[in-house]
Amino acid sequence: MLSQFYINAVYVIAAILFILGLKLLSKPKTARTGNLLSALGMLVAIVVTLLSKEIVDWTTIIVCLAIGSVIGVLASRLVALTAMPQMVAVFNGLGGGASMLVAWVALFGSSERFVAIAVTLSVVIGGITFAGSGIAWGKLSAVLASKPLLFLGQRFINATLFIALIVCAVLFVVEPAPTSSYLYAIIGIALLLGILTVLPIGGADMPVVISLLNSYSGLAACAAGLAINNVILIVSGALVGAAGIILTNIMCKAMNRSLANVLFSGFGAQKSAAKVEGQANPITPEDAYLILEAANSVAFVPGYGMAVAQAQHVVHELGTLLETRGTDVTYAIHPVAGRMPGHMNVLLAEANVSYDQLLEMDDINPKMNTIDVAVVIGANDVVNPAAREDESSPIYGMPIINVDAAKTVFVLKRSLASGFSGVDNPLFFNSNTRMLFGDAKQSISSLITEFKD
Amino acid sequence: MEIVFLALILVLAIFLGFELISKVPATLHTPLMSGANAISGITLVGALLAAGTGSGTQELATWLGAGAVVFATVNVVGGYLVTDRMLGLFKQRSKPTEKDGRP
Repeated sequence: MLSQFYINAVYVIAAILFILGLKLLSKPKTARTGNLLSALGMLVAIVVTLLSKEIVDWTTIIVCLAIGSVIGVLASRLVALTAMPQMVAVFNGLGGGASMLVAWVALFGSSERFVAIAVTLSVVIGGITFAGSGIAWGKLSAVLASKPLLFLGQRFINATLFIALIVCAVLFVVEPAPTSSYLYAIIGIALLLGILTVLPIGGADMPVVISLLNSYSGLAACAAGLAINNVILIVSGALVGAAGIILTNIMCKAMNRSLANVLFSGFGAQKSAAKVEGQANPITPEDAYLILEAANSVAFVPGYGMAVAQAQHVVHELGTLLETRGTDVTYAIHPVAGRMPGHMNVLLAEANVSYDQLLEMDDINPKMNTIDVAVVIGANDVVNPAAREDESSPIYGMPIINVDAAKTVFVLKRSLASGFSGVDNPLFFNSNTRMLFGDAKQSISSLITEFKD
Repeated sequence: MEIVFLALILVLAIFLGFELISKVPATLHTPLMSGANAISGITLVGALLAAGTGSGTQELATWLGAGAVVFATVNVVGGYLVTDRMLGLFKQRSKPTEKDGRP
């Protein structure tokens, strides 16, 4: 059996593999290798831990590893890609929950003050991650309403809970014990806070919540590492924590809102007063076909509506049809389109769209005026010109994809209803906008039929 | 001294994380997130130690450790596999499209 020195040496190797893995994950060509390296690092770390002389009881470990592996394999194979946001939420939650339990067990071996503080941190962050991810899962899989849920005295309750949490934490650290009633109180409050902080956040703000919970799951592991004095947990947890914070920040910037605003404002709960009057120009699939047929360049702009309608495959089919006729086809993707960071990219990748056709907002906007037809599929707020022009608009300042600069804009939508933010969209009433009403998938399918006839 | 050492590692790791992630293209945000999430399953190492050592004397510790092992294993196994599945879908047009994305 290995001594701690050798185990730590192998942990260093695992850490190097994680770092290399994350580095390679940042390029599409090397990403898959990166993920494999990172998995190898994990395997190495697990095997060397199992060889540790500290481990005496094998039955529990083997049974639990087997149960977890079976669930993990089945979940990763069976879940549809459209269900990926809730899947990631569940994995985040389980990681946070595991760290909470690991830290708790650390108390059986030590009652040092430093350990107690680290345990408290891990239990609080892990508990919030666990319960918060559960609520995020519920909202994303439509078990719970995805609308922001606000109730009277919400802030007061949160503040009270927070103060109670600090009081319990101090009392616990003064006299730490694995069965301390203060510890139970801390766990209970952390779970409650996780639920209460995610409930008021609406569906379209989910990319921020998921990346934040991702960060928390790393930080919880990191705190658990401090509690059990394990270097690999500290390093890997901190890496993930930092990565999640960066991603959260990118998402917030893409909405021009602060993290505090996303978390606490219940954005989208009220309908905005800013009304837009005008006449929308509907178009039939037949006429839309004629315009598309004559276009030299077409940009598809997908939003959450494409995911809901499961329209990614027909979108790709239409894109391919246009390309075979010599039309230049691109896909313009807003950073917060969908329910998690990169949501649209994964769906289009599933539909076999080549990733070099996927353009980021900053790349497509400068050349939007050269695009003949911009086809907006189930996106609303991320293409709303009010964000650019109307200072009184709640989404003012949010960077958008400037589809209104294209020569013609098709908007595929069920109705003229406003988007998640509750803000009316003047784009619908522009003279160069044509509304193609109906289910996105059906509208595109009928366009494809027109092309094939 | 021990605590100072741990704090130093912590700070360096955080800076490294910031550096590594800040240049990732938006296309890879989802796989990056789920790949990072799988790494946070490293807590499994702690869970194994928790489940394998406390037995006999502390029944509660073993139960908590066992729960942690199950949770963390789902996180690790599922996280890596689902990331790999997604990355298998990302293709470039120039290459002949192989049907290797679906496991």
